[in-house]
Amino acid sequence: MAETKTKTVDDDAKTEAAGGLRGIDPETALRLMREMLLYRRFEEKAEEAYAIGKIGGFCHLHIGQEAAAAGSILALDEGDYVISAYREHTQALAKGMEPGAVMAELFGRATGCSKGKGGSMHLFDADRRFMGGHGIVGAQVPLASGIGWKIRYREEDHVVLCFMGDAAVNQGAFHEALNMSTVWNLPVIYVVENNEYGMGTAFSRVSRTEIHEKACAYGIPTSIVDGQDVLETYTAFRELAGETRGDGGPRFVDLRTYRFKGHSMSDPVSGTYRSREEVEGKVKNADPIAKLRDVLLESGDLDRESLEAMDAEARETAQEAFDFADESPWPDDASLYSDVYAELGRGRMFFDGRERPGGAD
Amino acid sequence: MAEITYREALNQALREEMERDPDVFLMGEEVAEYDGAYKVSKGLLDLFGDRRVVDSPISELGFAGLGVGAAMAGLKPVIEFMTFNFSILALDQVINHAAKIRYMSGGQIPCPIVFRGPNGAALQLSAQHSQACETYYVHAPGVKVVTPATPADAKGLLKAAIRDPDPVAFMEGELLYNVKGEVPDDDDFVIPLGVAEVKQEGDDVTILTHGKMVHVALQAARTLAKDGVKAEVVDLRTIRPLDVETILGSVRKTNRAVYVEEGWGYAGVGAQIVSLVQDEAFDWLDAPVVRVTQADVPMPYAKNLEQLAKPSADRVVAACNRVLYR
Repeated sequence: MAETKTKTVDDDAKTEAAGGLRGIDPETALRLMREMLLYRRFEEKAEEAYAIGKIGGFCHLHIGQEAAAAGSILALDEGDYVISAYREHTQALAKGMEPGAVMAELFGRATGCSKGKGGSMHLFDADRRFMGGHGIVGAQVPLASGIGWKIRYREEDHVVLCFMGDAAVNQGAFHEALNMSTVWNLPVIYVVENNEYGMGTAFSRVSRTEIHEKACAYGIPTSIVDGQDVLETYTAFRELAGETRGDGGPRFVDLRTYRFKGHSMSDPVSGTYRSREEVEGKVKNADPIAKLRDVLLESGDLDRESLEAMDAEARETAQEAFDFADESPWPDDASLYSDVYAELGRGRMFFDGRERPGGAD
Repeated sequence: MAEITYREALNQALREEMERDPDVFLMGEEVAEYDGAYKVSKGLLDLFGDRRVVDSPISELGFAGLGVGAAMAGLKPVIEFMTFNFSILALDQVINHAAKIRYMSGGQIPCPIVFRGPNGAALQLSAQHSQACETYYVHAPGVKVVTPATPADAKGLLKAAIRDPDPVAFMEGELLYNVKGEVPDDDDFVIPLGVAEVKQEGDDVTILTHGKMVHVALQAARTLAKDGVKAEVVDLRTIRPLDVETILGSVRKTNRAVYVEEGWGYAGVGAQIVSLVQDEAFDWLDAPVVRVTQADVPMPYAKNLEQLAKPSADRVVAACNRVLYR
């Protein structure tokens, strides 16, 4: 197992003169590269695992959107919260969760971060403040407002990063949550990972206004960020986190990105609602890893050899995660009934007429 | 002991719990400056300020979700629905989130939230404002459901609900708010969830019930008593968890049972109780278990039709007579 990496960014990090790295110090840029490589190789490994039946149900891969995860989450402080929808494996990794624990959760094993009870769409880590992993489109948006409410209530200095897809902006919950966030000045950065498609439906077919216009009714300052450019993303989110922290209030981001694979493992990569040309064009010209690679090779902060070594390490970590998951035990039968409730107390809680392994009523 | 109204009992419970635990806050429509649509939260804004007693926009799904998020992050929200009819808008946050977050996260993320407000019919509020919503809350595992009928139960159970680490749906009643009753003066009067109460003892027939129908059941019991029939009225108080022992103990004693609820029959609370009783006390029964529920129609407006639709003490008496073969 690879060692846990520190996800906090040094506030005193020196900045290089403006240039290819856009004022980001080389150490951070290299960290971003390592992260994105990890996410890419992890997702590819998950794809393999799904194809051979190790992962069941839904599996929504983030391949192509690595910069959106790395650039935004690594810009946060450790005590900040992240909450997301169901394309969140890489976001969990970005928040510092162990690749083995994430893969084991995808495999449904007892060693999974959610003890095998959640699966791909329900990754959680309370200590690291990764608040899920949610399957109902848009429902995480008011949850994010609630976490922001707690921060405000306790007069803390954290922020909440709330991810959602482009299609989520049409849910009522989105509008209600954004409205409340301005009424109460909540420290939440609402981020739309705008990959132009809600499952199989182009966003332009379900809205007559653009994503970046959606929050103006609530008066929330909005940014448009190129989510395929990890350095731009990182810079933008450092600024946004700084603005939001304390009294800054909510922010809204149209984070433009692109999904290289299908909506889920059941969806073809292209040829249905996205043409092969469109997808291949993006893979060729808009790969966030290739973009950063080119910048770093040009600036001399990375050479081919080191890049190979980084990639090899990423592949190794992904393989180790796979092996760990594959060798892990299944949850035991008694866990079917555990954690439905925090406290069983008095009276009957379960009404299925079954004997619960290890328990009474 | 003091005689206070159900409304005052709830107010006391809220005040005491908010004093006791700084993480408890109340949010909902009109709860602060208006003192509450039904005045349950009267005076709380002055005592605790607008950080803890919060007027929300009319966004049931939104503020229920905000409450769930706040609970996930460690606070103790009390989310008021002006009535449970409007909570139907928020059910995604209750059923898909509050009820399931702990389980899906493998036990990591808590959700100590209370959803409270008046439930069921009042007087001539018509179809959309008269629904008994217990079934929607009790069906999916993960939410505890409490239905106090008296001021003492309201106070003791609300305090327990707020302290409960799990999501609790706490269902009151507009027609209960003015009911008066004795409430213990204890410093810290708490009634545990999952404990039913025999409100009236008897040997001849068991009337099982919850919520405002407890009063209808007691009225029916008084009528039956005139004819020498002694009905035992068992108030469930909590729908989940369920005090199975008290329920079955009473049925084993009387050998006959009637369930009365204000909601509809299909998949109502009574349907579940009948299943329980016939499954686990079949050999003690001398008659089928019969239910008295609302007429299986939306609640009409006209005064006479509404009366016809609602369960009445007369219908309960008739049901008891049926199982007594009188």
